[in-house]
Amino acid sequence: MKKPWGVRIWRWSIISVVGAYLMVPLYAMFDFSTKPFGFQDKGRTFRAWQIIPSQPDLMIAIGKSLVTAGIVMSLILFLIVPTAIWVHLKLPLLRRPFELLCLLPLAIPAIVIVVGIAPLYRWISIHLTESPITLSAVYSMLILPYTYRSLSAALDAVDIHTLAEAARTLGADTSRVIFGIIMPTIKTGIVNGSFIAIALVMGEFTISNILNYKTFQVVIAQIGRTNGNVAVAVSLASILFVLVLLLAIPTKKRQGKVLDVDLV
Amino acid sequence: MTQLQYKGTGSATGRTGSRYWRSKSAYLGVIPFLIVSGLFLLYPTWNVASGAFQDNYGKFSTSVLKEVFNSKVARHAFANSLEISIKTALAGAILGGLFAWAIVNGKRDGLFYRFSVALSSVLAQFGGVMLTFAFLATFGFNGLVANIALKVAPNSFLAESSWLYGMLGLSILYTFFQIPLMVLVFLPTLENLKPQWREASDALGGKAWEYWLRIGIPILTPSFAGAALLLFVNSFSAYATAQTLINLSDFLTPLEIATALTSETGGSNPAEAKSLSFFMVVVVIIAMTFYALLRRRVSRWEQRR
Repeated sequence: MKKPWGVRIWRWSIISVVGAYLMVPLYAMFDFSTKPFGFQDKGRTFRAWQIIPSQPDLMIAIGKSLVTAGIVMSLILFLIVPTAIWVHLKLPLLRRPFELLCLLPLAIPAIVIVVGIAPLYRWISIHLTESPITLSAVYSMLILPYTYRSLSAALDAVDIHTLAEAARTLGADTSRVIFGIIMPTIKTGIVNGSFIAIALVMGEFTISNILNYKTFQVVIAQIGRTNGNVAVAVSLASILFVLVLLLAIPTKKRQGKVLDVDLV
Repeated sequence: MTQLQYKGTGSATGRTGSRYWRSKSAYLGVIPFLIVSGLFLLYPTWNVASGAFQDNYGKFSTSVLKEVFNSKVARHAFANSLEISIKTALAGAILGGLFAWAIVNGKRDGLFYRFSVALSSVLAQFGGVMLTFAFLATFGFNGLVANIALKVAPNSFLAESSWLYGMLGLSILYTFFQIPLMVLVFLPTLENLKPQWREASDALGGKAWEYWLRIGIPILTPSFAGAALLLFVNSFSAYATAQTLINLSDFLTPLEIATALTSETGGSNPAEAKSLSFFMVVVVIIAMTFYALLRRRVSRWEQRR
């Protein structure tokens, strides 16, 4: 059925105005990153894109940020998810406090968390290690509201009590119940949570910048001060990478849940 | 808000060996999580909350809090923060809301739908360094639009990029990540509008504008306001974009906090940082409370799949 003319005109004028707002800066990044730098180049050049891999700082930062993301994901998988299941199964009295704890980061902006946590990380960097990988602990807390939301939706959709009882009757021990029975049934929720973890870790700037850790974003900002073209090329590359990733794994259910930012 | 459902729990405890399921030792299971969240979430929260009521030597005092409250610089930054958050929340909510409507009115799950949703989820996270680069490449010195403006209208404000480094520029940057966030938050609401309402209105002879004025807008207002509050909190807490674009320590409260915390010239003042943070958290909590109340209202008609 064709929409009436009025609707179509409105729709396309909105799409062109807002679309231009969103797309022009992205195109400008492409334009900027292919501008000649130095005097030897004329017209377009992809030099900035070509020399991305030969930036040692950047490659190290990407590597460390990926490791951090991996640790955040395993914290979600082996700490947060089992605890959420445990609370759901066995400690109904703790459900409300647990929920409030998980939603707490919504009320505390990252810039405030960093104020409170600065002494702790000062201690860690003096006595344990200066590696940015230690940030994974605070990142896994920042991400709690998102993790909690996708988890609790998944846990509510499945009758985990019946599952747990059935498994126990058949002789499964507690860890088997959690990791072997319940976690596979809420796979989608866990995958969603992990996906947001990567996005958060790769995009985080506030905490790492103030605490002086060289994460991906901090290094990009540094490169931007000396070599704008390369920094812009890296930024655009990472945006396109995530976009392609999102478009490539398109099952409708998964998208709907990841994108449901509605938290409380 | 997820409603708590105790039904399952009740039946489980009623039927099986309740001693196992309700034993006190079950509480041991949450200890690892409690340790991590205690150190990395509760401790910093407590540190800020209690620190706001202490001076730099750890003594109880409200003097820093009062000092910050009465400080002209802090008030100016706070007013700026509120102003930019309100402006960009409204701009983002309106533009993003319209865009969400445009998406919903297209083919469901068509290419445009999928692309817009994927793009929105990328760009909503796109604050900070990269966003600053994008707008410098657009409006900054030698940027795309700036260069065009230089040729077409050399006297217009677009031709020179100084406007980018103030309230106007920063608002335009913030709106850039507010629009996609609004799309993500508001799209499910619009998708849950029942087509029957429109049909009923049409069948009774209602015109399009009458439908929107009497049915559409009243029913969407709580969700819209809730989403706008979320956007408000989003830009109120934002730090990275402002830091990379202007980095004037007294322009916005987050910048002021960062400076108070890290000042390299020996002026580091954690008590001031904590007091500023305290006021920020108060504002965020007020906004989130209203948000939660609005959501409760909305969930009455908006049944989720």
